[in-house]
Amino acid sequence: MKALEVTGLSAAYDGTGVLDDISFTLDRGALAGIIGPNGSGKTTLLKSIMGIVKPASGEVRLFGEPLNAVRDKVSYVPQRQSGDWDFPATVIDVARMGRYKKGKLFGRLSAEDKKAAEEALEKTGLTELRNRQISALSGGQQQRVFIARALAQAAEIYFMDEPFAGIDAASEAAIAGLLGEMRDAGKTVVLVHHDLHTAAGYFNSIALLNRRLVAFGPPKEVLNTTHLRAAYGVRFGTSADIFGGTGPEAEKAGDR
Amino acid sequence: MTFHANFIWVIAGCALIGAGASLAGNFAFLRKRSLIGDAVAHALLPGVVIGYLISGEKSLWMLFPGALAAGWLSLLTIEGITAFSKLKSDTAIASVLSVFFAAGIVLLTYVQQLPEGNHAGLDAFLFGKAAAMLPGDLYLFAAVDAVLVGVIWLLYPYLKLFCFDPEFAAATGLPMRALSFILSTLTVLAVAAGIQAVGVVLMAALLITPAAAGRYLSKRLSGMIAVSVVLGTLSAVLGTAVSYSAPAMPTGPWIVVTVTFFAVFAFLFAPEKGLFPLMLRKKRGVSSNAGKESTATPSGSEHNRLKIRGEKPTRHE
Amino acid sequence: MNDFWIVVTGILVAVNCGLLGVFLILRGAAMTGDALSHAVLPGIAAAYLLSGSRHSAVMLIGAALTGWLAAYLIEWLKKKIRLQNDASIGITFTFLFATGVILISAFSGNIDLDLDCVLYGDIAYVPLERIYAGSGDLGPAPVWLLGGNLVPVAALVTFGYRGLLVTTFDPGFARGIGIASGGWHYLLMGAVSLTVVLSFSAVGAILVTAFLTVPPATAYLISKRLVPMIWWTVLFGVISAVGGFIAALRLDTAISASMAVVSGALFAAVFILLRLSKLRKQADRSRLNFSRK
Repeated sequence: MKALEVTGLSAAYDGTGVLDDISFTLDRGALAGIIGPNGSGKTTLLKSIMGIVKPASGEVRLFGEPLNAVRDKVSYVPQRQSGDWDFPATVIDVARMGRYKKGKLFGRLSAEDKKAAEEALEKTGLTELRNRQISALSGGQQQRVFIARALAQAAEIYFMDEPFAGIDAASEAAIAGLLGEMRDAGKTVVLVHHDLHTAAGYFNSIALLNRRLVAFGPPKEVLNTTHLRAAYGVRFGTSADIFGGTGPEAEKAGDR
Repeated sequence: MTFHANFIWVIAGCALIGAGASLAGNFAFLRKRSLIGDAVAHALLPGVVIGYLISGEKSLWMLFPGALAAGWLSLLTIEGITAFSKLKSDTAIASVLSVFFAAGIVLLTYVQQLPEGNHAGLDAFLFGKAAAMLPGDLYLFAAVDAVLVGVIWLLYPYLKLFCFDPEFAAATGLPMRALSFILSTLTVLAVAAGIQAVGVVLMAALLITPAAAGRYLSKRLSGMIAVSVVLGTLSAVLGTAVSYSAPAMPTGPWIVVTVTFFAVFAFLFAPEKGLFPLMLRKKRGVSSNAGKESTATPSGSEHNRLKIRGEKPTRHE
Repeated sequence: MNDFWIVVTGILVAVNCGLLGVFLILRGAAMTGDALSHAVLPGIAAAYLLSGSRHSAVMLIGAALTGWLAAYLIEWLKKKIRLQNDASIGITFTFLFATGVILISAFSGNIDLDLDCVLYGDIAYVPLERIYAGSGDLGPAPVWLLGGNLVPVAALVTFGYRGLLVTTFDPGFARGIGIASGGWHYLLMGAVSLTVVLSFSAVGAILVTAFLTVPPATAYLISKRLVPMIWWTVLFGVISAVGGFIAALRLDTAISASMAVVSGALFAAVFILLRLSKLRKQADRSRLNFSRK
C-alpha cells in the first residue's frame, strides 16, 4: 500500500489554473521534495493534499484512504509565518498543540500527551527553551518549535511547507538530521523546498513542479537540464552554472 | 417637502464636508488606515469639551483647535502603542478610540455640573446636527477643503508614490515621516471640520465608503479620487435632502445610507472588478478555455494594485 | 444597596467582555468587536419597537443576531468583494449604525431609548429595572441577564479553550488537524454580539469597546502565556469597574465612562512602567559594554 497517492489533481483560484492534472505516488519511508519556481503551486499542492484548498478535480489517498479517515496519521507543518509569534505562549505550549485532535478538544491532556510533547522538544533540541516565550526565539528556533509540534502528533506521514526558509545554518543542520531519523524510523516525509543546491542531498524522491508535474522520481533522473528548463523556463539556461545544471553535473549532485 | 430657511446652506455645508472627507479618505484607504479616521473622530470629543471649557462658547471656530489637538494626540498615542509594544494596530486603535471617547464623556458630565453650563448641543456634536450649522461655519468648511485640495495638488506625485509603494518611496529618499504626518493631518482636519454636521461614527463612513467605491470604479488614483469626491458630495446632498423631507430625521445617518448604497452598487456592478461582471467572466472563461491558463480575471495581488503612470522617479543605483 | 448593584453590573460587563476580548485582540479582531457593538443598534431598536420591552430574551437574541449578521457581512465583503479588512469593517458598521439611528429617530415616539443612552449607557438606572417573583424582589434585571450570560461565555472560554487557542495562534495548522477556523470565528462573534447587546443598556455602544479591548491589551503586555493573560484581564476589568465607580462618585461624572477611563489609566501605567524598565535594562547593558571596552 502506498503512503500517498495523488491522481489527476487540479486546483484553481478565481478561474485561474494553479495545479494541472498532478499524479504521483510515494512509498512508505519516502523522503520527498516538491521543487519548483515561485508561483508554481508548491504550497497549493500541499494544501490541496491537506484539504485546505479544495481541488477542482482529482483524488488524494493516504495509506489507501481519504484524508478524513486517517487524519491522526497525518501531520501538517505550515510555513513559519502561519503562526502568530507574538502570541502569549511558551515553547511547550506550542508543542502540546500537536496533541490536539478534532473531536477531542475538550477535557485535559493525558500524561501520555504531555510526555509526547516533552519528547518532541528533546528530539528538536528545545528542552532548554521549554519555558521561553515564543516571541523571544530566533527564526530557526521557531521552525524547530513547529517541527516539535508535528513530532508530538506521532503521525505516519508529514507534510512540511518550506521548513528550511530563512533559518540559520545550525537549525538547518538539526532539521536535516531529524528528517533522516524520521525516514529511518519508517515515516514518510514530504517537503516543499526552494533550494536546488541542497535538494539532491536531502531527498530520495523529487517532484519538479510548475503548475503541472514536470518530472518525478529519484534526484538523479529529475534534476537534469531538460527538466529544469521545462520547470524554470529559458532563463534557467543562462544561470545554469549556479545549479551545476548540465546533465552529468546534476547527476554528480545526485550522488552526493 | 418643507424647505427650512437654512436649507440651502446646510446642503452646501454638507456637500463641502462630504467632498473634503472623501478626498482625504482616499489616502487613508490606500494606506489601509481607514479605521484610524474613525478613531480620530471619536477621540476629538475631549478636545472639543476642553475647547468649550476654555472659550466658553459653542462656536465651531472656537472648538476647532481643541478638536485638532485631541485628534493629533490620539494619532500619536496609536503610533506610540504600536511602535513600542507587540500589540496589533487594531487593538491600539480600538483602545485609544474608546478611552479617549470615555474621557470626553467624563469631561462632558463634569461640564454639565458647572452653573453656567450652556452645554446643550455638545452631545449633538456626536450624532451630528446639520441644522445647527451657521452660515459662518461654511467659511471654515471651505477653508479646510481649500487646504486639502491645495496640499494634495502640490504633493500629488509624492503622495501617490508614498501610498502605492512605501518601500520604494523610502528608497528614493522621500521624507516618509513628513508625508505620513501630512496625510494624517489632512484626515484630522477633514474629520474635525465635519463632525458637527454628520457626527462621530458617521464621519468614518464619509472617509471610508466613497474611497472604497472609487477604488472599484477606477483603475487609476486620479480617477479613484474624482469618483469618490463626486460620490461623497452627491451622497451628502441627497442624504441632506432626504433628512429634510421628514421631521426629526438626522442628516448624518441618511448621508451614510446613501453613500453605502452607491458603494454596494459599485461593488456588485463595477464593469471590471464588480462581483457580477467577475462571475460572468469566470463562467465564460472556464467554459471557453478549459485547461488553458486564463488571464482575464485579476488575482488578489494585482487586484489591489493601482496603476501608476508618469512621474515614477528614477531608481538610485 | 443601589451602589452595590451598579458595581456588580460594572464587574459583570468587564468580566464578560474581557474574557471574549482576550481572543478578539489576539485574533487582530478588536475593531471587529467595536464594529459589532455599533452594528447591533438596528437590532436593538427593532427589538424595542416590536416587543416594547428591554429585556425580552427572545428579542435580545434577535438583536444579537444582527451583530452576527454584521460579522458575516464583514467576511462577505472581504472574501467575495475582496475589499481590504479595515474598509470592510468600516462600511459595515457605519451603515448598520446609521440604520439604527434612523430607526430610533423615526419611531422615537414608540421607543424608550434615547441616543444619549446609546452613547454612554445609563448604568446608574440599572438598579431601577427590577425583577419580581411573586412578592419577592430578585434584584435588577441587567444583573441577572449579564450574570446569566457569563455562563455561556465562561463555558466557551473553558471548553472552547483549545479550539480558540489553536485557530487563533495558527489557523493553517488548525485546518491541518481538521478544525475549521471559520466555525470558531462565528462562535466567538456570536458570543461577542450577545454580550454587547446585554452590556448595551449599561455602558452603551462605544464604551463597550473599552471593556472588550483595554483590559486584555493591558494583560497582554505582561503575560507570557494565555491562561495568566485571561486571569490578568479579569483582574484589570474588576479594578477598572470598582475604581471607575469610586472616581465617578468623587467627581460626580458618568459612571461607565469613568470605568473606561480607569481601564485606560491602568493600561497607560503598565505600558509606561514596562517601557521604563526596558530602557533601564538597555542603559545598564550599554554601560556594561562601555566598561568592557
